[in-house]
Amino acid sequence: MTNSNQSVLEVRNLSISYGDGDRRNGVVHDVSFSVAAGEVVALVGESGSGKTTTAQSVLGLLAGSGRVDAGSILLNGEDISRWNEKRLRGIRGPVVSLIPQDPSNSLNPVLAVGTQVREILEIHGRLSRKEADRRVIELLTHVGLPEPELRARQYPHELSGGMKQRVLIAIAIALKPALIIADEPTSALDVTVQRRILDLIDDLRREHGTSLLLVTHDLGIAADRSDRLVVLQNGRIQEEGPTPAVLAAPKSAYTRKLLSDAPSLAVKTNRPALDLSKPELVTVTGLTIDFDLPGRQRFRAVDGVSFSVPQGSTHAIVGESGSGKTTTIRAISGFQKASGGGIRIGETDVASLTSGTLRPFRRKVQLVYQNPWGSLDPKQTIFSIVEEPLLNFDPLPKPERASRVEAIIERVGLPTSVLSRLPHALSGGQRQRVAIARALVLEPEVVVLDEAVSALDVTVQAQILSLLGELQRDLGLTYLFVSHDLAVVRQIADTVSVLHNGRQVDYGPVEQIFERPTSDYTRELIEAVPGRKFPHHLHIAAQAAGQVS
Amino acid sequence: MTTLETTTGLEQQHVSQAAGAGQSRLPKFRLKRISFGLLLAWLIIGTALLWAVAPGLFTGYNPVEGLPGGQLKAPSALHLLGTDSLGRDLFARIVYGSVHSLSGAVAAVAVGLLAGTSLGLVAGSTGGRIDAVIMRFVDVLLAIPTLLLSLSIIILLGFGTINAAIAVGATSIAGFARLTRSEVVRVRRAEYVEAAFGSGGTFWNVLRRHILPNSLNSVIAYTAVQFGWAILQLSTLGFLGYGAPPPTPEWGLLIAEGRNYLATAWWLTAAPGFVVVAVVLSANRISQSIGRTR
Repeated sequence: MTNSNQSVLEVRNLSISYGDGDRRNGVVHDVSFSVAAGEVVALVGESGSGKTTTAQSVLGLLAGSGRVDAGSILLNGEDISRWNEKRLRGIRGPVVSLIPQDPSNSLNPVLAVGTQVREILEIHGRLSRKEADRRVIELLTHVGLPEPELRARQYPHELSGGMKQRVLIAIAIALKPALIIADEPTSALDVTVQRRILDLIDDLRREHGTSLLLVTHDLGIAADRSDRLVVLQNGRIQEEGPTPAVLAAPKSAYTRKLLSDAPSLAVKTNRPALDLSKPELVTVTGLTIDFDLPGRQRFRAVDGVSFSVPQGSTHAIVGESGSGKTTTIRAISGFQKASGGGIRIGETDVASLTSGTLRPFRRKVQLVYQNPWGSLDPKQTIFSIVEEPLLNFDPLPKPERASRVEAIIERVGLPTSVLSRLPHALSGGQRQRVAIARALVLEPEVVVLDEAVSALDVTVQAQILSLLGELQRDLGLTYLFVSHDLAVVRQIADTVSVLHNGRQVDYGPVEQIFERPTSDYTRELIEAVPGRKFPHHLHIAAQAAGQVS
Repeated sequence: MTTLETTTGLEQQHVSQAAGAGQSRLPKFRLKRISFGLLLAWLIIGTALLWAVAPGLFTGYNPVEGLPGGQLKAPSALHLLGTDSLGRDLFARIVYGSVHSLSGAVAAVAVGLLAGTSLGLVAGSTGGRIDAVIMRFVDVLLAIPTLLLSLSIIILLGFGTINAAIAVGATSIAGFARLTRSEVVRVRRAEYVEAAFGSGGTFWNVLRRHILPNSLNSVIAYTAVQFGWAILQLSTLGFLGYGAPPPTPEWGLLIAEGRNYLATAWWLTAAPGFVVVAVVLSANRISQSIGRTR
């Protein structure tokens, strides 16, 4: 371990709890680690593991009812855990700074970005206005924003997610702090943008010798970018050590589990070969979708997409945000009119559906949404949520409805005791199971999964993916799987379409796409998948060991 | 209390002691702070309701017939709030007047709630041209000063408690409609609404099962505010002589009747005025608590 004189940050026996009065809920228990100068330490864990709370405490930014119960946080040798707000303000920025998680919420929408970068210079430095403006342009150039003079005058809504994250990075590095805390800095971004942002953070860090505390749930990113790993579970450190050593020979069972669940690190599983004798269930030919823009303009969101999906297989649609993948599946599930081309599902031509024939069609095609927090009515019990589709079609007697709801809830691996609860009493993974149950209760032929696992932790994600695989085998379901995460796609898909700016740039069986991509864009996507540094041969051994133990 | 269990070093001890002291004091203090005002508000509304339901329990005097020779008496043990110019007991008139003011307010809020919420619901859930027409109509309603609108409606419908209530209710339609529409528009964009359509729900089913229950939260809180506001408006109309005709002991009318004796018998205006203020404030306080807990 590093000597405390050299380490920028040293956390000793830290315990943090939330709550008020007598009911305090311990979130972080006895956590100790240190970050040496110029080092990258990754705090890894699933949500609820206390990684964000730990990071917040280093900045003195614990949410309302949070409190440091015990332990100390030494920043450059000084214990800041008992400092008051005023003293903490003095170190935020010049000594330690934060790159927040969600760039779209972290900038003030009514101020130009240049002003927001200047703010930190004005608060801490005594720069003249002119000097500060010059420095802002310098910083924006430094983080790789094209046309920095123009960008400085623009407002956050005029910038893309990646650009906003660059602005936030500019703010974080403005005062050359000794330590940067990056709290899931790229989880809201597309994979290719994610890679560029992480590269940028790496470059800047090396240039200034800054230390980085990287908070992430993605072991793939941690594997690529960090020198040391701290694995947290339920607020306790499970394992700590140099990244390559931890990954090569994980000591704790939890780390092994995280490793096997991370899609980017998992050994590729061979799906059974496609049964070509099965008839094609979904056929999309030359699908084109236009949107009207104000001023008689049209925007072509989807441009000539064609694919066909045999019954019982999974077709993945991959692309970044704005690639038209969601528009495509909304057209397939009858929520969006196509401007051209055809969609056939079984015997039905989706374009010919009228309001009368649309409802029976819904029985065959069901959608599962990305966000299990938004797709369940917060006022209904789980039972009513799953029962609702049954009420919409031919009336069944009440006992039969109840038994079908119970059967499907058990089928998706939930206890029947959840039926009387409200969605907010369930975890994210449980909610997504409920959403899947609601989609399956009508016994559809096609299930459209819109980023259905993207909002979940790796461990939960792995569970849901295996559930989906199981359901597909048992019920003969056909999946349309939309994702930006190629690693997940590789696990679940049989065939893949890659969309870029509304055009289909690649289409074929999953092996062919990954091994012989025909377009540069697909190649870029594949290269952007984190975890490339990870020693896969070692991992297989580790996994085998994990299964034995 | 287990406050001193994990203490290392002096500073730490100090911190947890302070926190421990806070812990033991906090629940009691909180109970007091949160519920005292609210309790008082419920108490006031409860009393007003009891007055409306069983006025005979609170006073033995007749609210409309005066006692000969007992005009303009100051408050005393015999007449708690004194008597008015016709020798009627003021406290009895306030107690008996409660039913007029409260039922009027309930009717007014019901008119506003039903008409406003339906308009907002239809506007928000259909969108397009119907939305535009309804909301422009609402804008017109908002453009007319409330008192002017109430007075015009009363002149059209004629005088009386119920007509005054309708007139007051009509002025709150616009507020309810706008609030409901904004909530409906928000809920309509939610994924669970699309999911409900996606599982084959018809428009009306989705409206009933998802959109309505999820948009009513703030409407309910707003209803309680409107209740207090309606009492105030009704009293205003009564004061101006557009409400219930005398000798009905309506609160606004009581204030108006006492106004001539302000110099000699100030309690004739002050007492009913205070009752109106107390009930309106209580309604607002309760509405605030509804808005917070939900």
